[in-house]
Amino acid sequence: MNSDPSLPPKSSVKPWNDPRVRSAVFQILAILAVAWVGYSLFQNTLTNMASRGISTGFGFLDSSAGFGIVMSLIEYNESMSYGRTFFVGLANTLLVSGLGIIFATIVGFIVGVLRLSNNWLIARLALAYIEIFRNIPLLLQIFFWYFAVLGTLPSPRQSVSIGEVAFLNLRGIVLPKPIFEAGSGAVGIVLIIAIIISLAIARWAKRRQAATGQFFPVLPVSAALILGAPIIAYFALGSPIGWDVPALSGFNFRGGITVIPELGALLLALTLYTASFIAEIVRSGIISVSRGQTEAAAALGLPPRRVLRLVIVPQALRVIIPPLTSQYLNLTKNSSLATAIGYPDLVNVFMGTTLNQTGQAVEIVAITMAVYLTISLSISMLMNIYNRAVALKER
Amino acid sequence: MNSEEHIIAPVESAAADEDIIIVRDLNKWFGQFHVLKSLNLNVKKGERIVICGPSGSGKSTFIRCINHLEAHQRGEIIVDGVVLNEDLKNIEAIRREVGMVFQHFNLFPHLSVLENCLLAPIWVRKTPRKEAIEIAMEYLERVKIPEQAHKYPGQLSGGQQQRVAIARSLCMKPKIMLFDEPTSALDPEMIKEVLDVMIELAGSGMTMLCVTHEMGFAKTVADRVIFMDGGECVEEGPPQSFFNNPQQPRTREFLDQILQH
Ligand SMILES: Nc1ncnc2c1ncn2[C@@H]1O[C@H](COP(=O)(O)OP(=O)(O)OP(=O)(O)O)[C@@H](O)[C@H]1O
Ligand SMILES: [Mg+2]
Repeated sequence: MNSDPSLPPKSSVKPWNDPRVRSAVFQILAILAVAWVGYSLFQNTLTNMASRGISTGFGFLDSSAGFGIVMSLIEYNESMSYGRTFFVGLANTLLVSGLGIIFATIVGFIVGVLRLSNNWLIARLALAYIEIFRNIPLLLQIFFWYFAVLGTLPSPRQSVSIGEVAFLNLRGIVLPKPIFEAGSGAVGIVLIIAIIISLAIARWAKRRQAATGQFFPVLPVSAALILGAPIIAYFALGSPIGWDVPALSGFNFRGGITVIPELGALLLALTLYTASFIAEIVRSGIISVSRGQTEAAAALGLPPRRVLRLVIVPQALRVIIPPLTSQYLNLTKNSSLATAIGYPDLVNVFMGTTLNQTGQAVEIVAITMAVYLTISLSISMLMNIYNRAVALKER
Repeated sequence: MNSEEHIIAPVESAAADEDIIIVRDLNKWFGQFHVLKSLNLNVKKGERIVICGPSGSGKSTFIRCINHLEAHQRGEIIVDGVVLNEDLKNIEAIRREVGMVFQHFNLFPHLSVLENCLLAPIWVRKTPRKEAIEIAMEYLERVKIPEQAHKYPGQLSGGQQQRVAIARSLCMKPKIMLFDEPTSALDPEMIKEVLDVMIELAGSGMTMLCVTHEMGFAKTVADRVIFMDGGECVEEGPPQSFFNNPQQPRTREFLDQILQH
């Protein structure tokens, strides 16, 4: 026995009955099992690929792709490499996810607030929207927008004209494209200066309010400045930005920018589907702030919009942010359903066509999974930073 | 809660002649339920009124009508010369002059104690921040917790939170203070610290309307005690006659119940 009284007494439990020993043994066994499964999978794949004459490694990324992609944000043509197809797909994935997150947040917040409206009809309509969109499978909604809505639009020659500058048809929506001529840089510089001045005004207004208590209408003044100054500069410099308005020529439009229907359908479906979940999150966030908070703020003489902005929203955000983060992650991952209608996202282009042509399954699947993991972890990290900023301090 | 031990010498009355609150024929319904039945009350400047009565008698509803947290359907309420109607400007004008302390404190948990006290002076009174901080610290000292200014409400005890709530209201320099059972959510050892602050406030000449069952407090500071039951004002009078010689059997029954233990 241990005779030194300054040390804790030695355990007299038999090692096979000691919970610490047991858990260590089981953990080691589990690690060995996982490692063995991983190793045999790896070996198996290598053998299979060798027998089919496929070389391993990332060398294939440099060879020429030889296939076209319907939409690309970066320069791309068939003679470019497989590596290039990766970036084309990635950019398209980021585009649809980024726009989806922005639109879903806006729609979700609006519907969530309307859901709490005192107006019976508005509240019911918001409820109907939420129940319909969150209870129908997303893939079905993508098909609905793609085939039933956008797919039944007229041909380019019978396009729906929006003010004779934008056109909606079976092949998507054609928008006018800005052409930057000499002097357009000055308009950009004016815009940047206007933004800097607005930020300066906001700082000045905050300091003046602290010193004198007087408020300054920062928002309308900044908005007028940021919108007005570039417009004045634009005309003062003799309209240096031209517009390439699309025009019908033969069976299709020439000029302008075309937003393909695949992007439209995917974006609509992702936005409306995710917004229905965000609306519920926003609603529960707002009702989680007790009535007493509103009453206490109102009793101090704060007008309703200040009560909302200073008391309710900051508290509701704490409840809203964590589930909102997982909706953003869902939207990003769901964007891979693009494959179903042929929107050229990362999965469709890289894990689809590129994989089929090269057969480099292990490398391509690994790269694609790593990309989604990176995007998701980045979103989580940003939202965690934001969440920590609004978190409640207790004890 | 018997609070005989809290009694100190009665606070000198500061009531002046002007009526700062006038309530005439006040009626309120929740749906079909008639909560307040033709209440009348005139409160003079500096007067201190305690309202008591059994649970569900409409005490909270009554004082919440005075700053329009509840809308009334018939009758008239005039506070500090302003008629309370649906006009938002009038309601906000009155709320600036009327502070309210709630049973469950209702401090803003996302703001520090100091920021709780700054919010309304800065956003409603448009006080410069520096001046607002000075005022806030002055009132936090009056409620004896200046050292907690940078803590958050969740870090304070119930009694401390209620004292912050009182300071938060006082920072708006209100002419009238409404209290809705300010001590009934507190543990017995914290009741005294809150009552002490209220007694001190009464001594400073504040017009106070207080729903409470602290009869010791009523005897010490009230100019008038009002007994409500079933949405009606059953009896009212100065504390001596109200407690020693109640006229109505319902009042007597209520006092017996509340004072027996
Ligand atoms: N928002 C409401 N809707 C419907 N009925 C209500 C509402 N608020 C209160 N009541 C009812 O009105 C009556 C008076 O309520 P009130 O809260 O004024 O009573 P009280 O005297 O303050 O009681 P307590 O001592 O329990 O606080 C009660 O019967 C209550 O059920
Ligand atoms: Mg009550």
